[in-house]
Amino acid sequence: MLDIKKQKTNSTTLLEVRNLKTSFFTPTGEVKAVNDISYYVNKKEIVAIVGESGCGKSVSQMSVLQLIQIPPGKILDGKIYFNGINLLEYKKNSREMRQIRGKDISIIFQEPMTSLNPVFTVGYQISDVIKTHMEVDKKTAWEIGVKSLEKVGIPDASQRMKYYPFQLSGGMCQRVMIAMAIVTRTKLIIADEPTTALDVTTQAQIMELLISLVRELNTSLVIVTHNLGVVTRYADRIYVMYAGKIVESGTTKDLMTKPMHPYTIGLLKSVPKVDQDEYLIPIPGAPPDLVNIPLQCSFLPRCSYNTDVCQQRVFPDLRTVDEKQHRVACHLDLGVQ
Amino acid sequence: MKVKKTQNDPLLQVENLKKYFPFKRGFWSKQHIKMKAVDNISFVLNQGETFSLVGESGCGKTTTGRCVLRIYKPTSGKIYYNGKEISSCSEKSFKPFRREIQPIFQDPYGSLDPRQSAYSTIKEAVTVDNKRCVSVEIKDKVEELLLLVGLDPRMGDRFPHEMSGGQRQRLGISRALACSPRIIVCDEPVSALDVSIQAQIINLFKELQKKLNLAYLFISHDLAVVRQISNTIGVMYLGKIVEISDKKGLYNNPLHPYTKALLSVVPSTNYYLEKKKKRIILPGEVQSLINIPSGCPFNPRCNNSTEICRTTMPQLIEYENGHKVACHNI
Repeated sequence: MLDIKKQKTNSTTLLEVRNLKTSFFTPTGEVKAVNDISYYVNKKEIVAIVGESGCGKSVSQMSVLQLIQIPPGKILDGKIYFNGINLLEYKKNSREMRQIRGKDISIIFQEPMTSLNPVFTVGYQISDVIKTHMEVDKKTAWEIGVKSLEKVGIPDASQRMKYYPFQLSGGMCQRVMIAMAIVTRTKLIIADEPTTALDVTTQAQIMELLISLVRELNTSLVIVTHNLGVVTRYADRIYVMYAGKIVESGTTKDLMTKPMHPYTIGLLKSVPKVDQDEYLIPIPGAPPDLVNIPLQCSFLPRCSYNTDVCQQRVFPDLRTVDEKQHRVACHLDLGVQ
Repeated sequence: MKVKKTQNDPLLQVENLKKYFPFKRGFWSKQHIKMKAVDNISFVLNQGETFSLVGESGCGKTTTGRCVLRIYKPTSGKIYYNGKEISSCSEKSFKPFRREIQPIFQDPYGSLDPRQSAYSTIKEAVTVDNKRCVSVEIKDKVEELLLLVGLDPRMGDRFPHEMSGGQRQRLGISRALACSPRIIVCDEPVSALDVSIQAQIINLFKELQKKLNLAYLFISHDLAVVRQISNTIGVMYLGKIVEISDKKGLYNNPLHPYTKALLSVVPSTNYYLEKKKKRIILPGEVQSLINIPSGCPFNPRCNNSTEICRTTMPQLIEYENGHKVACHNI
């Protein structure tokens, strides 16, 4: 049965998400955090998911690993093919799913200090991952752990293994998280805002480290971030999310040089730039409440174009605008401004 | 009480400001250690202009802001507001100035009272300023203040938890403006906000400055945001200002190796520029304020540090008109 499924996806595709819908059921109503999104990640590819807070970018990644808290959350619909296998057929706490988490897909969270357990040493936590996934004894696991810490550039690694997270700085903790993510030779790393909580110079160090490791180990990487600069620098392809939907996708070059969706255009105009004195043109208003998303385009209330067509029709589907997979969900045909 | 002011006096002048925090290494220890959070910094802020302090966490930028607000008492050094020394004067004689220097904080939710509605938050600030206000006047004043920051006066009934991040920060700004201040100390006012909202707030700051002739002491770690709003910028590292310059000088011709590195690592959204850009990745991390390295505090991370950097602390020397830098190798 698995073989038949495997044929469905392209052999270069590592992860393919189709029509994923994740909602949270709260007292005020159903929050459609991820509303029918599809995307894919190829092998050895660096894909970025960009959006503002509350647009569903993190939830979309948590859904892949089934780390959504049920209740209130629920993955309502969709298929997540990883290496041709639909992960949503496994139960949340099934043996198979636990094998995939940490072994095939690892995740790096935003806050390194809080995502490590404060009452265990760093070494204990790393060797725990190694013992679970690699069938080695305690001593070997510790040695592999030391090597992995050296690999992420932690000096004096064998001593640092005995440290507790609070004894390490934020940048060091994030290095430990990266070490935990790569130690099992994962195929896909999901980095959820990996550098947001860090200082500027540390940010650059951590991003360079992560990218060089990803290239070296031939891993795929999904970066979830709101920082458009980081995306421009490192990603191969970008998905822009707004109010639970993907509104634009394409290669980094296409998206950054020829943005087509009014939201992407607006975002790029509202980012302060360090290399030029440009007057900022902010997007008016605020993102919509995800409980009552209108049937029309969800960006409509903030959009400067706002034509009759937009008001009459329902949310536009993603359509391809050029030969290189540049796709946009907008009724209008907007070129470079 | 009015202080006589000459035409040339800057609105705010900070001279050789030092703030050391003493602490003990252990509970029983008798040894007192000084953490030099701010070590001998000087700058001026003129009416209607913005002076920004940039640096990474722990460099002392917030401490400086708090000294100016008189939340902390400086260890030594002088702060002149309108020609009057305010850091060491008595609480009573400082009182008239307190409302003229107002803060805006980073976390708009944490800095608002969750039990006070927007209206009562601002009302409190208005009545502090003017105790004999009639209630009709108060209402008009509050509504005017809400409109000034782009909030609908009907928002007055809302509580902080009913507002979005951008609206809360607007409320914070409006509260600061309620006392009709001349200086606003903005401590990372936009870093907690989303990109599209951030731009709205930055533009609001600029508009208000033009309209009300405000002076900002702007504290931020984001060089791109600072570029948008500043006239003069001071780059801080481990409690010291390592470079100080007007906007043009700093961004077009950065001199200190730390400034150069900081500017080079800020990722840009300009695709072609970003792919060409050369980046300086600094080794290591910011040292602890307890053991500041001898000599130049930046020397362990600097690419071209020499013998003199390890032994002698460089002074802030003027390189060209107003552009000062503390580095031996310029």
